[in-house]
Amino acid sequence: MTLDQPKYKTTDEVDFVIIGSGAAGGILAKELSGSGFRVVVLEQGPYLTEKDFVHDEISVLNQDLLTNHPDLQPTTFRKTPQDKAKPQRALVYGRLVGGTSTHFTANFWRFHEIDFIERSKIGPVAGSTLSDWPITYADLEPYYTKVEWEIGVSGLAGASPFDPPRSKPYPMPPLPVKSSGVIFERAARKLGWHPFPAPMAILSQPRPGRSACINCGFCLGFGCEVGAKSSSLATAIRMAEKTGRCEIRPNSYVHRIELDANGRASGAVYFDAQRNVQRQKAKAVVVCANGAETPRLLLLSANKQFPDGLANSSGYVGKNLMLNSGGVTTAVFDEPLNDYKGFAVSRILHDFYELDPDKVGFHGGGGLDARFDMTPITFALGSLPPGSPRWGKAFKEVLSHNFTRTCEIFGHGTSLPVENNSFSLDSDLKDAWGLPALRLTYKDHPDDLKLTTWLNARSAELLDAAGAKKMWAPPVQEQQFAVHLLGTCRMGNDPKTSVINSDHRTHDVRNLFLCDGSSLVTSGRGQPTMTIEALAFRAADRITALAKRGELST
Amino acid sequence: MNNELSRRGFLSQSLTGLSAAWISAHWPDMVSAAAHARQTAQSASPAKFDFFSPEQAAEIDAVSARIIPTTDTPGAHEAGVIFFIDRALITFAKDNQKIYAEGLLALQAKVREIFPAVAKFSLATPEQQDQILQALDGQSPAAGSRRARRGTAAESFFETVRVHTIMGFLIDPDSDKRGNHDAVGWKVIGREPGHMFQPPFGYYDKNYPGWQPNPPDAGKSKS
Repeated sequence: MTLDQPKYKTTDEVDFVIIGSGAAGGILAKELSGSGFRVVVLEQGPYLTEKDFVHDEISVLNQDLLTNHPDLQPTTFRKTPQDKAKPQRALVYGRLVGGTSTHFTANFWRFHEIDFIERSKIGPVAGSTLSDWPITYADLEPYYTKVEWEIGVSGLAGASPFDPPRSKPYPMPPLPVKSSGVIFERAARKLGWHPFPAPMAILSQPRPGRSACINCGFCLGFGCEVGAKSSSLATAIRMAEKTGRCEIRPNSYVHRIELDANGRASGAVYFDAQRNVQRQKAKAVVVCANGAETPRLLLLSANKQFPDGLANSSGYVGKNLMLNSGGVTTAVFDEPLNDYKGFAVSRILHDFYELDPDKVGFHGGGGLDARFDMTPITFALGSLPPGSPRWGKAFKEVLSHNFTRTCEIFGHGTSLPVENNSFSLDSDLKDAWGLPALRLTYKDHPDDLKLTTWLNARSAELLDAAGAKKMWAPPVQEQQFAVHLLGTCRMGNDPKTSVINSDHRTHDVRNLFLCDGSSLVTSGRGQPTMTIEALAFRAADRITALAKRGELST
Repeated sequence: MNNELSRRGFLSQSLTGLSAAWISAHWPDMVSAAAHARQTAQSASPAKFDFFSPEQAAEIDAVSARIIPTTDTPGAHEAGVIFFIDRALITFAKDNQKIYAEGLLALQAKVREIFPAVAKFSLATPEQQDQILQALDGQSPAAGSRRARRGTAAESFFETVRVHTIMGFLIDPDSDKRGNHDAVGWKVIGREPGHMFQPPFGYYDKNYPGWQPNPPDAGKSKS
């Protein structure tokens, strides 16, 4: 909300309207406005800044200060398309300027080469629509580097023997190691594995206008009050505003993309803060609303030409959803770790990134990290060992002993794309604006569950080697709650089995682009935001080239 | 069917995968709450409550003082949890007013049933109080902390007070919620008050010698 922001009229035909200001939308806003285009960013959530970010667990976590609110935007869930969906909170995402990047954990792993070519390498997988990407790791590498340097990522190049090639080291050293990281590193080395400092989108050194991390301990789920977390809010959005050509328009809930008589997107229709309907005209539309809201918006924008949803001639809009698999093993140690201080993760390993299906009996791979991402109330209500007392003196004792002595090993893994797994519209349930609710349909591919079980066994092995006093993990179950929202408008060369091409342009509408988690063809091994941002930098280059060639106005 | 309980049921079964991090961060979706002004807690004058009568407040204060008792360290009473709950019930935990109103009656009935000679909960001995609460608590004391199920009014009352007590004990003392008076809750669990820390953080990183590269033999061998 700087003074540099222009105020465009809704009747001004700006060059681009961008829907969503998160990981991808922020970067596209910065890049496109930086290239001289006039840009309006429509964000459904409010414009909060550092001064609004508090450590009050009740407001932030329980009352959804920063996130989609289940009362305003209710959702439903079912396991398969044959089931009747039931009202249930089905997903969480950041609903404010900066999107989910404002409150995320900030694990910033690059994808590896395998993630782009897995289908050709391992062949078809029964029950999965696994496909290769139309681009490779090499195509994206310069943009990963760009993210690290422009947005700010801490890490140590060359520390993992499994890392893909990189053209430049990280711009700043890794964050300090936590006790959980030291425990993890020592135990992993005992087992012959290769732990390394976690790449994190959190500053280990100050940057102009931003502090280095002060280790406050309220990280996952919270906004950063010193700008150390490299959210779009703290980075790209501010850079976009400085161009003087980008307007960030918060409290603008887009519910329809309109086409003109020639089948070209002509702008976005949205509810403003007073719930009045507004129409922003634009020469081209870029949707970065996340892997749930982007397909929902296309489905809401069905018209005569596209009765099944805008740009949905493939029928793939909303489908092939991937949530990433994963399991948490919690452990208690003898001495205080005080892991409540600091960011969540300081050490990870990628020894299991590429597993051999013939040896393990399933497809996929993953990584492990050592973390503590609990805040005090969260911890007391959910992180004591199973069977612990729930109240009274004995409860107080176990709580007092364990809070400083607990950490978690998180196994992050692949989700195989399955066509039926999707976000779609549930016309039986309306949101507070009268629009059909989001419906999550999800049943993990059996291999994903096997992978989680396998990774949990590695976590247990590691904690055993670390001398944990106690450890436990919840049983591996099918997921029914979405955090990572991937694959729902996938990229591809074939318009029959993908929604966008490698320029992020929809196959069906020439001046409509999509870029966010929905663009991903595969799920990687658990940490998608880095790839979403690299894609956004690349998409901006492609879109700029198309616009300069005059291809968006024909 | 109480929607809250059904949602809690969902929470208890969906703790898997990635959702675990957020869900466990999101609590059994009981209410949330705020606490009454810290000034009130500090004030020596008779406390003024916005929701409870003084008599009701004494009962709830006594219940929360058994959920997190005062031992050699402060408990819920010293943390001012009662003020937190009182304020919660007129702000964003408004939906729980009925649970408290009915629960207080159920509590009184249980006292009479088990200890006919005792006039009210707050006048019972700590041992008697624990016995009464065990009878109210639908779950065995050792049940998993995330377990929740369809319960009677008394059970949902106890569970609600339990969750509110924990929230009021551990909420950021600098927040406008004003629980966790003087950060006593944080001190009890070993969390240093404050929002800015420097390494070393704990026992295991204290003498960390610094990063040593992985051995050069590390190949890309598959597992």
